[in-house]
Amino acid sequence: MVDVLVYALVSVGIFFLFIAAIGVVRMPDLYNRMHATSKAGTLGVGLILVAVAVFYQELSVAARALSALAFIILTAPVAAHALGRAAYLSGVKPCRDTYIDELAGHYQKNHKLESIEKPAPKSPPESNA
Amino acid sequence: MSFLEAMLLALMLTLPFAVYRLVKGPTLPDRVVGLDLITSVSVAMAALYALVSGQTAFLDVAIALALFAFLATLGLARYIEYRGHKGD
Repeated sequence: MVDVLVYALVSVGIFFLFIAAIGVVRMPDLYNRMHATSKAGTLGVGLILVAVAVFYQELSVAARALSALAFIILTAPVAAHALGRAAYLSGVKPCRDTYIDELAGHYQKNHKLESIEKPAPKSPPESNA
Repeated sequence: MSFLEAMLLALMLTLPFAVYRLVKGPTLPDRVVGLDLITSVSVAMAALYALVSGQTAFLDVAIALALFAFLATLGLARYIEYRGHKGD
């Protein structure tokens, strides 16, 4: 029974890693490829780690496997965000089919987003003399 | 060959796709994406080998590899951001 569950988890995990690999080759631009690796890849690795925790059924092994899973779930969005921001600021263009670019007007050549550079609006001085 | 060993071989078949993206590019962040997929497949292979071999120490390998992958991606992203776009 446990074996069946482990085999199913491993199979589904490898299936999602295959989805990520196909997406990395077939997607049209960098941002779509990052979408494939960071979501499908994380899910694939996570399912395999869950399979390890289910297979051994010991506290120490499960703690290590699930802490690795938690670490991957926490760090994958951070890494994808940092890479996407760096790519956008260094001028990697989206593909032609992309027709909404919400960052388009907010980008300056000094590698700062405009929203960061604007000083915070000052609150009006209070005149309760 | 047991089922899990076959799964390990199947996992190896995802690596050429990532290597294709690593070699072909066309931009430097694309190569970083390929490298990222290679390391996450390696983490999965280490975890799966913990199942195949019965050695739970391979889980520590997976944790360390995930940490290195995260730090490498952050470092490369920072490099790309401050280097500017040079067409590669």
